[in-house]
Amino acid sequence: MDVNGEDGAVVGALGSGDIRTCARIISRVERGDPGIVSLLRALYRAGGCSRVVGVTGPPGAGKSSLVSQLIRVWRKRGLNVAVLAVDPSSPFSGGAVLGDRLRMAEHSCDDRVFIRSMASRGQLGGLTKAAGDALTVLDAMPWDMVVVETVGVGQNETDIIRHAEVVVLVQTPMGGDDIQAAKAGINEIGDIYVVNKGDHPEANRTCRQLRDMITLGQHLNPDSSWTPPVIKTQSLLGEGVEELADQIECRFENLRTNPEVASRRARERVRHRTAEIIRDMLDRRLRSEDGQLVETVIDSVVARESDPYALAESLLATMTSRV
Amino acid sequence: MLKGKGIKVIVSMIGLDGHTTGGEIVARVLRDAGFEVIYLGATQTPEMILQAAIQEDVDVIGISSHASNYLQIEYLVELLRKNGMADVPVICGGNIPKHVANQLKGRGVAEVFPPGSPSSDIVGYIVENARGARRRSA
Repeated sequence: MDVNGEDGAVVGALGSGDIRTCARIISRVERGDPGIVSLLRALYRAGGCSRVVGVTGPPGAGKSSLVSQLIRVWRKRGLNVAVLAVDPSSPFSGGAVLGDRLRMAEHSCDDRVFIRSMASRGQLGGLTKAAGDALTVLDAMPWDMVVVETVGVGQNETDIIRHAEVVVLVQTPMGGDDIQAAKAGINEIGDIYVVNKGDHPEANRTCRQLRDMITLGQHLNPDSSWTPPVIKTQSLLGEGVEELADQIECRFENLRTNPEVASRRARERVRHRTAEIIRDMLDRRLRSEDGQLVETVIDSVVARESDPYALAESLLATMTSRV
Repeated sequence: MLKGKGIKVIVSMIGLDGHTTGGEIVARVLRDAGFEVIYLGATQTPEMILQAAIQEDVDVIGISSHASNYLQIEYLVELLRKNGMADVPVICGGNIPKHVANQLKGRGVAEVFPPGSPSSDIVGYIVENARGARRRSA
């Protein structure tokens, strides 16, 4: 692939760890700047050396505080860390209060740590296409660990598995009984389960319920080489976080020695990323200002002279004829 | 989508100022006007705010001040200038006496909003003066 001069310079700057370039490029990604695609293509091809860890769980579970403690452990072990922390945008004003960085303040002036907040800008599922693009940027830089922290999620937001190699699911005590633990969805996606706020009297019971849930499902797990561990933590004190870092390390090692599992997961991530990019391209066509044509067709769909299926097919056709 | 669309603002206290309520209310007001607010909270040093501004690539920095820590605000402005971030305006709110407000503005603070400032004034000022304001209105 040819990389033009300007893109080449950016790839080089990012490869040498230039934080300002990184910050500016992520802003272009956030704005949805269409001119950035050629750069992202080059970065994707240059990247893939970082270990990407996803952290997800319900709001207020302590994800950001836990990430801050993880950074502390990783820094002690000599690793460089980048964090992409996503918080929700208002569906009404489009605005956001991004408060993840607040929990990670102790690392503010460490030049081996990069923290970037990102608003979800209306996407469901806890992550955005922009988050995927920002991860492509971070993954082309010399970070040992890249953490992506989702917005607080509910029962079924499993997007994180499309972006991270290893997923840490953070729960809290009192999240419900064993039937809640048995429900499908988010309970199924963790490589590692954390019960944070471990000083709560119900913490041990929650750990037990999660372990039961994991044991019962293990015979269905296509990856028999790994039984997800359940770790009790207290993120404000850092208790259990060394063990969490060890288990993350173990999982990466386990994936390295099980190339068929790692490859299946990597292929799945590529499939999802590609689908996400196609969706974004179609969405842009549907909303673009050169889409006068689209507007008239939409009117005819509203009037039931046409239908959304026909519109979808013609949109796809115009896209492929353009390429 | 409202006025603040796509504009990123840091809201922070500075130094040993633990009065967070004003900053939190302004953060909320800005959120409801469509801004993306990176809320840093209390006990931030000028260096921490500088690093956050660089990493988050923000367009404006809002400092809530209720503890007479004006020298640190001036130092933040100086740090931004030294680090090529002079195009990111620093604005302040809180119980800042008028003569101090004038002094801060003389030393590079873009604007000071005294108690009782209507939120529409703050929103309007940021929209017009945030970094890249000209690019957005073009």
